[in-house]
Amino acid sequence: MRVNLTVNGRPAHAEGVWEGESLLYVLRERLGLFGTKNACEQGECGSCTVRLDGEPVCACLVAAGQAEGREVETVESLAGAAGLSAVQEAFAEAGAVQCGFCTPGLLMATDALLRREPRPAEAEIREALSGNLCRCTGYEQILSAVRLAAARRAEGAR
Amino acid sequence: MNAPAAPGGFGGVGESAGRPDGRQKVTGAFPYASDLRHPDMLWGHTLRSPHAHARLLGLDVAPALAVPGVACVLTARDLPAATHYGLDLPDQPVLAEGRVRYHGEPVALVAADHPETARRAAALIRAEYAELPGVHDEASATAPGAPLLHPDRADRYAALVPHPNVVHRQPVRRGDLAAAAARADVVVAREYRVGMQDQAFLGPESGLAVPDGEGGVDLYVATQWLHVDRRQLAPVLGLPPAKVRLTLAGVGGAFGGREDLSMQAHACLLALRTGRPVKMSYRRDESFLGHVHRHPATLSYEHGATRDGRLTHVRARIVLDGGAYASSSPAVVGNAASLGVGPYEVPAVEVEALALYTNNPPCGAMRGFGAVQACFAYEAQMDLLAAELGLDPVEFRQRNALSEGSVMPTGQRVDSPAPVAELLRLVKERPLPRPRQWETRDSATGARRVEPRALPGGLGRASRGESVVRGVGYAVGIKNVAFSEGYDDPSTARVTLELSGDEPVATVRTAAAEVGQGGVTVQTQIARTELGVSRVVLAPPDTGIGSAGSTSASRQTYLTGGAVREACAAVRAEVLRRARERRGRPADGPPADGLRLAEGKVVTAEGEVLAGLAELLEAGPVTAEREFRHRPTRPFDPVTGQGDGHVQYSFCAHRAVVEVDTELGLVKVVELAAAQDVGRAINPRAVVGQIHGGSLQGLGLAILEELRVDAAGRVRNPSFTDYLLPTVLDAPSMPVDVLELADPHAPYGLRGAGEAPTLSATPAVVAALRQATGRALRRVPVRPEHLVGLAE
Repeated sequence: MRVNLTVNGRPAHAEGVWEGESLLYVLRERLGLFGTKNACEQGECGSCTVRLDGEPVCACLVAAGQAEGREVETVESLAGAAGLSAVQEAFAEAGAVQCGFCTPGLLMATDALLRREPRPAEAEIREALSGNLCRCTGYEQILSAVRLAAARRAEGAR
Repeated sequence: MNAPAAPGGFGGVGESAGRPDGRQKVTGAFPYASDLRHPDMLWGHTLRSPHAHARLLGLDVAPALAVPGVACVLTARDLPAATHYGLDLPDQPVLAEGRVRYHGEPVALVAADHPETARRAAALIRAEYAELPGVHDEASATAPGAPLLHPDRADRYAALVPHPNVVHRQPVRRGDLAAAAARADVVVAREYRVGMQDQAFLGPESGLAVPDGEGGVDLYVATQWLHVDRRQLAPVLGLPPAKVRLTLAGVGGAFGGREDLSMQAHACLLALRTGRPVKMSYRRDESFLGHVHRHPATLSYEHGATRDGRLTHVRARIVLDGGAYASSSPAVVGNAASLGVGPYEVPAVEVEALALYTNNPPCGAMRGFGAVQACFAYEAQMDLLAAELGLDPVEFRQRNALSEGSVMPTGQRVDSPAPVAELLRLVKERPLPRPRQWETRDSATGARRVEPRALPGGLGRASRGESVVRGVGYAVGIKNVAFSEGYDDPSTARVTLELSGDEPVATVRTAAAEVGQGGVTVQTQIARTELGVSRVVLAPPDTGIGSAGSTSASRQTYLTGGAVREACAAVRAEVLRRARERRGRPADGPPADGLRLAEGKVVTAEGEVLAGLAELLEAGPVTAEREFRHRPTRPFDPVTGQGDGHVQYSFCAHRAVVEVDTELGLVKVVELAAAQDVGRAINPRAVVGQIHGGSLQGLGLAILEELRVDAAGRVRNPSFTDYLLPTVLDAPSMPVDVLELADPHAPYGLRGAGEAPTLSATPAVVAALRQATGRALRRVPVRPEHLVGLAE
């Protein structure tokens, strides 16, 4: 089948999609957007978090056909012409990235959190990120990064 | 990769410099092994055994070959050369022939034009099995008439083991045990068990094999050690090593689980057979079957002490389940035996460690490597003894703590700082977190408020705090750094200093696998410090240069860091020679003239600028390659275990504070404080990141993580739904104290840091759970039924 969707603000389509393919597979293997990661492919780890019509979802749990006509934003959308977003800068600076496989999903989850709640309390940060597994960092420096990004956004960073 | 310096800093040794791959990793551009593709590629898939032990009577691959899109199916009969491989012993079949020995053993390979086509075709292969009785524990593996996993063993351990189903056995004996035991006023003897933990790295096993059209192959792969992969691959492919070229692809975590081969040989075989590039990428369920795990263990310990709180003796027997193939079991045994009494001075020791062959999943390397299991047991024993003696558990440990100059049970003298008592003091003296943080009072009305996210059970809202009890526990551990027992594991670095435009740039080339730990960062930091240049570029790691050894055993900063440092020193010497020559000084000497490189210039001892680097490099680039090795070690004596077997020891202590809902058996770890000596923190933030990550993996083993294997040897929970990894809601606050007591034998005085925190976190958490509940808790992971007394 053919799937038409908008990815990071641009129209995209994929031909010859097998009906069983996930949005994750289409993004990665058919559209070449490998930033969205494939760690568990059953919605447990959050590594493939994207925004679908603005809502964060696990791309592995969305059938390709469900994305027909909808807007998808991936980690590749976060950096703008002016450079990295505040969340990306904070993750790179605070030690939140080790192997980095969980990073795109955590960036998307953090971005969604800070859009919704610019000054989240500790418990809110933890709840918002609880669907994203990280095996390297023990989460401490990820939490530091989220706090840093929130503070910078409050000062006007993007 | 170009590395950013720390904000406001130069980015040299001792700074928290940023990762050179950081920008790529936060934009999604970093290419992991599972992201590789080639326009002409096929997808490979592995058919695996559903049985733990069976005769493989036949494989009919015709139905798979008939599927449109399938290019190739391979079975053991198609193997071109060597049929077995292994890190230590080549006992593992590339594809099973005649017999399968564990659930998940590869039996056939399919290559097709779509991954789902390959999976479905593999499922159509008709594999005929006749199930065999299996052995799954020590009693069944060593019973009379037990089926032998490997009946015709001729390996170097075979003559020394008590039974052919024992891979390797290592005793360690020191002192007069009977006399020492007679002096003991208090003796405690218990048995402990450790479940099967999995590395559970997030990036699945993946790689892309590309045939070169001339009979050779290029493999781009996520691994921990390119050269040991090649050493095993070349004989299987029937090729000289020069025709098997490996390049590191982005690695999404490792923790030991990528030390053995997974898809490497399979992808290369399919690529060479089809003449097309073949990509393989495991799904999570296959990943759980496709790599080795941490050895489950049964540990029997007897400890004795005198009334004044001095250890008299330790007698221990550590039985590790190695599963169906040897993997790195022999070295895990060596660690368990030699580190089995912990960081303590013990006058008399009798330890026996062994690994079994069973029909359970193969076990091998995981962070902590044999020292984790022992630490859980000996630390529980130390708490029991302290209680028997009426001593504070930290005070009792400090009285018996190892220190510089102490002698290990192997007879090896500890010849660098060993601040065991100090690390315990640091975690103990840290203020305790406020109790019942989930409970607040409204300042106006005085009404009680409860924050469920901080309670045991969390958002399950299982409790409002009615039966929540706090406990505090301590533990400390000892881990070896680098490969032991006489193993020679050098690393190689080539450093080139040259002009790019008019700016000096250092290029560092090694084969060291970056698996997330930040090896790339410390390499750039070392080059900056040694060469006085800010721009450092890292060449992609591949087999085109000498081995770096494995990214494991907490060894890569020590060994590859040491190699980069020595190569830089050689480059620097040549640059200084050019500077002396140009300024009419004696070209070759004297080293004592105090010339150094700083900020792109040659500077005299008095601080005068003698020459700019750029002008010296106009004559051409300067390159040096160096191989760096640690001090030699010796094998342990097969009977007494005596020998200077280890390069360096690494120490970490933890204090855990837990809150337990004693009715429901739910746990919230409130805080897990650590103190560790790292000798020298090359990158302080990265060191703390290692301590956090290792600590949380230890917490996972304490209360969450276990790969469950049923009585028939089948893995029951190969998914992230059922194998419970700590989430951010399970993660406690983790304050860290880092000591930097230089090891005079190591580069920069550094001490390998990655593994030690994984050891003591587990027993500290369980000690806190024991204090909160009063239960014995002799098995990890602790489950709710253990905490409420519904199971032992």
